[in-house]
Amino acid sequence: MLPVLELRGIRKRFGQVEALAGVDFTLNQGEIHALLGENGAGKSTLMKVAFGLVEPDAGGVAIGGTAIRLGDPAAARRLGVGMVHQHFTSIPAFTVAENVALTAGWRLRPRQALERVRRLGKDTGLLIDPTLLVSDLSAGLKQRLEVLKALAADARILLLDEPTSVLSPPDAEALLRGVQEFRARGVATVLITHKLREAVAIADRVTVLRRGRVVHTGPVRDETAERLAGYMLGEPMSGEPPRRPSAGPSTGEVRVRAEGLAVERLGGSGTGLRSASLSVRSGEVVGVAAVEGNGQRELLRAIAGLTRPASGRLEAARPSGFIPEDRSTEALIGEFTLTENLVLSQGSSAPWIRGPWVDWERAERRTADLIESFAVRASGPGAPAASLSGGNQQRMVIAATLERRPAVLVAENPTRGLDFRAAGEVMDRLRAAATDGVAVVVHLSDLDELLAVADRIVVLADGVLLDVPPDASRDEIGRRMLGATAG
Amino acid sequence: MSRAGIIRLWLPALAVGAGILTLMLGLAAGGYDPLLALAALWRGALGSPDAILSALLPRAIPLIIIGLGIGLAFRAGALNIGAEGQFYAGAIAATWVGVSLSAWPRLVAVPVVLAASLAAGLLWASVPVLLRLRFGVLEVISTLLLNFVAEALVSWMVQGPLQESKHIYPQSDPLPLAARLPQLPGTRLHLGLVVALGLAGLLWVFGTRTLLGFQLRATGANPLAARVMGGVNTRRVFGLALAVSGALAGLAGGCEVSGTSFALFQSLSPGYGFTAIAVALLARLNPLATIGTGLLFAALEAGSSAMQREAQVPAVVVSVVEAVIIIAVLLADSAQRRRLLAEAGT
Repeated sequence: MLPVLELRGIRKRFGQVEALAGVDFTLNQGEIHALLGENGAGKSTLMKVAFGLVEPDAGGVAIGGTAIRLGDPAAARRLGVGMVHQHFTSIPAFTVAENVALTAGWRLRPRQALERVRRLGKDTGLLIDPTLLVSDLSAGLKQRLEVLKALAADARILLLDEPTSVLSPPDAEALLRGVQEFRARGVATVLITHKLREAVAIADRVTVLRRGRVVHTGPVRDETAERLAGYMLGEPMSGEPPRRPSAGPSTGEVRVRAEGLAVERLGGSGTGLRSASLSVRSGEVVGVAAVEGNGQRELLRAIAGLTRPASGRLEAARPSGFIPEDRSTEALIGEFTLTENLVLSQGSSAPWIRGPWVDWERAERRTADLIESFAVRASGPGAPAASLSGGNQQRMVIAATLERRPAVLVAENPTRGLDFRAAGEVMDRLRAAATDGVAVVVHLSDLDELLAVADRIVVLADGVLLDVPPDASRDEIGRRMLGATAG
Repeated sequence: MSRAGIIRLWLPALAVGAGILTLMLGLAAGGYDPLLALAALWRGALGSPDAILSALLPRAIPLIIIGLGIGLAFRAGALNIGAEGQFYAGAIAATWVGVSLSAWPRLVAVPVVLAASLAAGLLWASVPVLLRLRFGVLEVISTLLLNFVAEALVSWMVQGPLQESKHIYPQSDPLPLAARLPQLPGTRLHLGLVVALGLAGLLWVFGTRTLLGFQLRATGANPLAARVMGGVNTRRVFGLALAVSGALAGLAGGCEVSGTSFALFQSLSPGYGFTAIAVALLARLNPLATIGTGLLFAALEAGSSAMQREAQVPAVVVSVVEAVIIIAVLLADSAQRRRLLAEAGT
């Protein structure tokens, strides 16, 4: 096997943290190489070193046998390396075609660019309307665009940083199929992922990082998901998340009742919510399974009282708590302290509000309590929210949401971007809230996680809500999710 | 204290130092005597009790009051570039009301004059608020353009409805004594200073101790999070902040007419509404710091006329100093943001 990308002895330190402590990594021609590790294990940093975005403190990078100048993304790109980042990097005010043309360095002839993007979409199976503005795309389509951009620059080496973390199962599968097709054409791919199933399913080789060191590297065919999880955590883990046993129909009081609910689409893509009839009782977790852009955003936000229904009936108990999908733009103000974020989220009925006044000391004491009881790793209530890791930010968001003692808790993909330990904790919190009598409505893009947390599953397909029999299998639910979108 | 904290504390001083240094280099290059010019600048601003009481402080009053309003608007994310026009709206209203109140007792007439100017500034700023909230017209543009409208309005007023009784000069009748803010005897310093200082304290308390003040800051920092997590009506907060900032600029216009000029004429403001943007930015939108930066810019303006008189240096060079100060502050800000981003990016 011919190595196309070699990293040797890579070291990188960020302040006190040693992100990479001497890592060797080899990517061979035409292989899919899964790069696994917990949040903060150094996966993204390692790939940013390979792409020239991060300059290592020590070590060397060779592409196609030639040593390259470190910290120079242009050089890496010239040698055929394309990277898809965890965060979207497209320009919202540009169209899809313009974004692709910009990244690929095409001369901007609008009509030709449109045609080329259309052809590229057909070739790669990454279909996307090139005339759409990026700001109007759903998360799934934005991710598709990111991959398309990397491929449009004639990449022979593709670095994918958790490309499926925001995708629904069918979108994720489509993307992974695409990656396998690229392999058939000789493209070598590094797939950074949390999802062991993905790694086992499509990768040829796997490398596992833990705390900036390689703890395992080798062919995938000898591995099981449990063994890989063991490498990642440094301890054996029990198998896949179990399906919740059905506890029979819930008997709590009805907290949410929707009949023939329709909501205009939020943002530029997707179908909106066309028709949903649903009731959610105190003490149960209802899981909304849906492919990106099938109306779940609209349903959840209507229940949370953030958007007005276009038609139909909706009764939802108040107060409601809402955990938005995007932590950094909606759930938290990054430059505000944790105390300030808590005060913001609790509004005017909080105990530290007296008339128009805020008793900051009292709010700070409460923040310190929550930091402790939710095990948030932060330097204190005065830490800016942006200084926390994703998992700790989510702990704080959940703490703030539950602080209002909501009758209804609505969570929009709350495990997005979290490693499975942090994701498991989020799901435990949702369960605990239900045990306390809260009516919980949750959408998770990961169907396995959703099955593990929900008492009851409903499916949204093409904006229409379908009930699912309690004994429906995972595949059956998946088929229903796809039902109307396949056509 | 952290390194960043120390830099924050000293930044204004460093920025002013950079501005003065640029001025001196420029003067030397232009063939002037920089030391002579600097000495004149100093004398004009701070060299004597008279300079302080009659030149510096009267100029600081409108700068502080307008700067407070601009700071409030900017905190909420409303870019009010129209304070100059709102100042004139307030000045027109104050004159209109003031000249007709000669029979009233001063204790009533002065508050009425100031209230009229406040209301006029509020009304003038309500136009951009409406345009923004109803039609999505950016307030940067509408507030800026309304400056020209206000200036034209003043020009028409002083040759039309508000022209002095003899209809010769393009200015209004002088305000009757009853409508004038009391002055410190023998100086040009008037009671507007107390108004400015009181407002600064009030806005500081509003921003740091009240829920609405906090929600206003959240609206400016991240309107989406303020709406989704905080349930804040961000449109209303935005509109309120912009309208109140207009009201304050209007009040500054009222204080100027009632305390300093006693009449309306075309070049009543030497660009207070624009200089006050710099005042607010240099103070990092902090109301208490606005007092200090207002005094600083007032000193530069007061000193510049002395410089012109004594060292024949054109007064406009002071705007170069002001510009350098602002650029230095903005540069330091963006450097700091970059460093924070780099640290957060790990």
